[in-house]
Amino acid sequence: MSSQPEGGHLIDAATIAAEAATGGQPMVKAEQVWKSFGKLDVLKGVDFVVQPQQTFVLLGPSGGGKSTLLRCINHLEKIDAGRLYVAGELMGYRERGKVLHEMNARDVARQRASIGMVFQRFNLFPHKTAIENVMEAPIRVQHVPRKKAEAEAEVLLRSVGLGEKLDTYPAQLSGGQQQRVAIARALAMKPKLMLFDEPTSALDPELVGEVLDVMKQLARDGMTMVVVTHEMGFAKEVADGVALIDGGVIVEQGPPNDVLLNPKEERTKLFLSKVLA
Amino acid sequence: MGPSSPDLGGATASGGPAAAARPDAIKAIPVRHWGRWISAAVVTYLLVALVYSFVASPNIDWPTVWEYLFKPLTLIGLSRTIELTFVCMAVGAAGGVMLAVMRLSDNPVLSWIAWGYIWFFRGTPVYVQIILWANIGVLWTKFYAGLPFTGLVFGSTASGPLVGNLFVVAVLALGLNEAAYAAELVRAGIISVDAGQIEAASSLGMSPTLTMRRIVLPQAMRVIIPTMGNETISMLKTTSLLAVVGGGIEMFGRLQNIYAQTFQIMPLLVVACIWYLVVTSILTLGQARLEAYFGKGFGMQETEAAEKRTARRTLRAIVAAEKSHGDQGRT
Repeated sequence: MSSQPEGGHLIDAATIAAEAATGGQPMVKAEQVWKSFGKLDVLKGVDFVVQPQQTFVLLGPSGGGKSTLLRCINHLEKIDAGRLYVAGELMGYRERGKVLHEMNARDVARQRASIGMVFQRFNLFPHKTAIENVMEAPIRVQHVPRKKAEAEAEVLLRSVGLGEKLDTYPAQLSGGQQQRVAIARALAMKPKLMLFDEPTSALDPELVGEVLDVMKQLARDGMTMVVVTHEMGFAKEVADGVALIDGGVIVEQGPPNDVLLNPKEERTKLFLSKVLA
Repeated sequence: MGPSSPDLGGATASGGPAAAARPDAIKAIPVRHWGRWISAAVVTYLLVALVYSFVASPNIDWPTVWEYLFKPLTLIGLSRTIELTFVCMAVGAAGGVMLAVMRLSDNPVLSWIAWGYIWFFRGTPVYVQIILWANIGVLWTKFYAGLPFTGLVFGSTASGPLVGNLFVVAVLALGLNEAAYAAELVRAGIISVDAGQIEAASSLGMSPTLTMRRIVLPQAMRVIIPTMGNETISMLKTTSLLAVVGGGIEMFGRLQNIYAQTFQIMPLLVVACIWYLVVTSILTLGQARLEAYFGKGFGMQETEAAEKRTARRTLRAIVAAEKSHGDQGRT
């Protein structure tokens, strides 16, 4: 099937090694992260660590706070308490002594540029073709020469199986194709970390596989990933760690075989029984 | 396969479930819409009578209409009208984008200033604003270069040459008024862009300014262009209000100056109507083309454009391959 990834790596080993270099720091470290919307506490003290080149899957019922947590990692949401570090760098703030200073928009943008994000609703730029979507940020943000950016974008789109769709506008692509463009768009920035916010939830069932295949390949290539998903199969197959989030706290976390097959907490068992039923 | 071919018995070559033979198409006698016929006849009858009252009226001197329709006086007036329309729209559109961005800004002072501007210019009649700008020389007799409230003045000049120039007055009056309306249209366009677009752009490390310029405004254009087209058509007609300041800086004022002396009121009003209709019709056609351009990525006509681009890309690749092949041959 021509829409399947054309095999091979999405990113090469040298790139991965360079991107994953954090100087011995974990890629993501959340310490007692709190977040509220008005009076509603969405996250109530979340702690977790993701090491470089690992895939960390966040599971849990809707409204439990997992998407919010993901959006806090690249500072799309400001956290209200605690600390969130990516590759050893505090997100969104600068710490001078004991005082925190908010970062200005430019510095936040610089931090976000090295963290890729894939959204449930794709959010491709509808006025740009597939390849223009992928080229836009490298050219405008990283000032990569247009020719080079175009060549790299073409390679990326081919590797996610969209070599035939370079000049197509998002409106003419299927959901699965759009999401693969979105993944290529994020990878074009050569991120050290990729965040996936329910990347297959808006897809028709028969299109889920093609997106998961790309994500699995990416995990095998050694990309560091934090994934919010309901795809248990994906979690079992590629996750190095999973966490169940409910009511704004991590109910249980650990290797997938422990959490998914031998859960200790009642709430985890209840959730799994509902999902796997 | 042709339309029904019953002798095939529904057995298709594809091997799927056999499709039943298609029955004859329905041939039914359509409903007679008597009401439609009667109302159409009545309305047409009245319309013909109305048109006849114009065309056959001894009070509209048609030779005068034809005479003035193509007189240099009219045509120069028309060209000034069109010129004013576009200059005022340019001022209005630029001001509108600026005001809309200010209005949506996180800076409360900028936001409130934009709000106040829009409040004033939309809250007073444009006719009054035209007369106000025509008399602004009474308020501002001189222009100063310096710092207000400090007594620091580097130089000054009489305001007369500027505020006495009717073209400047016209552009100030209509351009500043239009900016207030355009601001609301641009703001509506910006707000209509999905919040996910801004999140996607910021997660790619794009700054707020870059996101606005490259992602939000181009998409907002799709909403803004049709409404700005309407505004342009409306502006063309609004320029006729400038007749009140005299001077004949646009077509209607010039025609008015003539019929004030010759009393050929009806013929010259017909001349004005004909030209306004001609230009608004042309503008409407232009608007459709602009909409097609800014609708990029939202319609199916893109398939063709995409195919052309793919063909060009392939061609470039072939040429490049040929070239590198040739280079290898030489070394």
